[in-house]
Amino acid sequence: MKVGGRLKALWEYRGFVLGMVARDFRGRYLGSALGASWAVLNPLAQILIYTLVFSQVMQARLPNTLDPLAYSLYLCAGLLTWNYFVEVLLRSQTVFLEQANLLKKVSFPRVTLPSYVFLSASVNFSIIWALFLALLLVTGRWPGWALVALVPLLLIQQVLAVGLGLILGVTNVFFRDVAQAVGVGLQFWFWLTPIVYPLNAVPEIVRNLMAWNPLYPLVASYQSIIVEHRWPVWSDLWPVCVMATVVAGVSETVFRHLAGPMVDEL
Amino acid sequence: MSGELAVSGLGKSYRRYARPWHRLCEWATGGRLVWHETFWALRGITFSVASGESVGIIGLNGAGKSTLLKILTGTTQPTEGQVQLGGRVAALLELGMGFHPDFSGRQNVMMAGQLMGLPVREIARMMPDIEAFAEIGEYIDQPIRTYSTGMGVRLAFSVATAARPEVLILDETLSVGDAYFQHKCIRRIKEFQEAGTTILLVSHDPTAVKTLCGRALLLDGGRLIQDGPPDLVLDHYNALIAKREANQEILQAEAASGRMTTRSGTFEARIAAIDLLDADGRPARAFTVGERARIRARVEFTSALVAPTVGVLIRDRVGNDVFGTNSFHLAPIDGTYEPGDEMTVDFDIQLNLGVGGYTLTAAVHSDATHLVNNYDWWDKVIGFQILPGPAPPFIGSAWLPVRLHVERHGKMVTSGQERGGARP
Repeated sequence: MKVGGRLKALWEYRGFVLGMVARDFRGRYLGSALGASWAVLNPLAQILIYTLVFSQVMQARLPNTLDPLAYSLYLCAGLLTWNYFVEVLLRSQTVFLEQANLLKKVSFPRVTLPSYVFLSASVNFSIIWALFLALLLVTGRWPGWALVALVPLLLIQQVLAVGLGLILGVTNVFFRDVAQAVGVGLQFWFWLTPIVYPLNAVPEIVRNLMAWNPLYPLVASYQSIIVEHRWPVWSDLWPVCVMATVVAGVSETVFRHLAGPMVDEL
Repeated sequence: MSGELAVSGLGKSYRRYARPWHRLCEWATGGRLVWHETFWALRGITFSVASGESVGIIGLNGAGKSTLLKILTGTTQPTEGQVQLGGRVAALLELGMGFHPDFSGRQNVMMAGQLMGLPVREIARMMPDIEAFAEIGEYIDQPIRTYSTGMGVRLAFSVATAARPEVLILDETLSVGDAYFQHKCIRRIKEFQEAGTTILLVSHDPTAVKTLCGRALLLDGGRLIQDGPPDLVLDHYNALIAKREANQEILQAEAASGRMTTRSGTFEARIAAIDLLDADGRPARAFTVGERARIRARVEFTSALVAPTVGVLIRDRVGNDVFGTNSFHLAPIDGTYEPGDEMTVDFDIQLNLGVGGYTLTAAVHSDATHLVNNYDWWDKVIGFQILPGPAPPFIGSAWLPVRLHVERHGKMVTSGQERGGARP
């Protein structure tokens, strides 16, 4: 099926996709007593721990700022967006296995599954990000117009996430090792991205390595928007743009060729 | 176009890998390294179904029924061949697909309907009918996990059949709920039939096939072996089951007790192995009337011999010769054979025999009979069964193809085509 045909099928099955997103949302927030609080409590715990460990215990300091909240904001800018990236990646990776029975028994456009994962993760991210922005507003740290830059930045990031997720999700059906390898890989990726520590805290050699990390320019841009209220340096972003495009193209090919055989493996 | 179905040359193969990394090696070498076994779940299937026709698909486990259904519903792609389907296809392969226990009946109906590709507005319009048919009353707004099994199944059937499809594919789902609801389901399916829906029913239940279908297809070993009226096909199916059972029994008994046979001769040449195979080349000891078989003998030479003859003889239960032949009469084996030589001889034979038990005797000798030089005579080496098959009933130990033609005052009254055995 061509991309156009797939988009058309997606539109025809929008009810199913939205239904799955709604089901996810209700399952996550309405089933438990504390409801939506859990969506906040999880990253909040992460942020508290990293703040304590890095800013208090290890005395990491952001350069050129005296704001006591600066480190926490820096952390949030990188961590919340990273979580969004990882949620899409990890859930795309397992979505075909999770829905194996449906895929084997019912004929429906398979592209609806990664789409629902993407939308569902986006809903979660929107909630937490909205709360974060509210916090910025309340504490008088509203970044202003630079926030608009988040839209293209997040778009690039999520094209990358969906593309990688699709490739991994399809190949994971054939080789279950993929999921294990990704778990290990993500650990390294997280710590090789300056999310919990400032870039100046690492030696020169590691900084040179960062140049190869496609997420680095994105994360750095989020941080500069949130902490310094500065627009991103667009010229730094073209490698990740190219990479996202390539990944999207590869994922399209992988999906087109392997989505059929994949069902036979489930 | 609505409801027609045409399948031509359909085949589906799966790749089997001994180890997961074998596939990785194949991928890495771009397919130059072949490390899989190809297994055909289905092959050479050709049939067509007219709009509004009802067809039963029967076969033993592993015959390829599920694979065929998966291809027809579109969940899997065929490896070869084409499927042409006219109109909307609804498949009841499993009831309650896409149901989630924590959501209410109504929400699940919406979801299941959307999964079938129905627009929300359409489902909302059909909701009262769905509720009424399922007869679950107030429970429609309760979470599905509070339902009894029967209620869940009723709701699932109700939503799956809410809109009349052009083609309805049913898989063993007729046994839903209690007898009352089953009747209701069958009534609904019959309504669809009358309205022109094409129905494909996969079932092990002969009554269901006879009640609902005007035609049946029999699959065996991934091939379509019969296509005809349900009665005839079901008879063949029953024979298939009986055959498989008898086959198992005889092979097991053989393995347990060994071959209790007498053997005589000079053993200048000896039969090292002998087997009776079915059309697919598998060892078999039960056949239906008229079925093809292969007798395979492996002969080893211990002395130098010229122009040996290999023969087989089929005897009935009481020891009468029924049929015997040898290579001298069929195609003489020329040449000189040295000690250590060996040869494999295949007799492809159509077992036009009457129902009953038979034995197979094999021999190696010189010239036309074993009376001159008898190298090895292996008496009653294999026992096998002939079971009733698609051939019309008859008596005696030979099946002779018959054609019946009756005329009354010069006008044809009845005529019956000879029906041979399983001739693929």
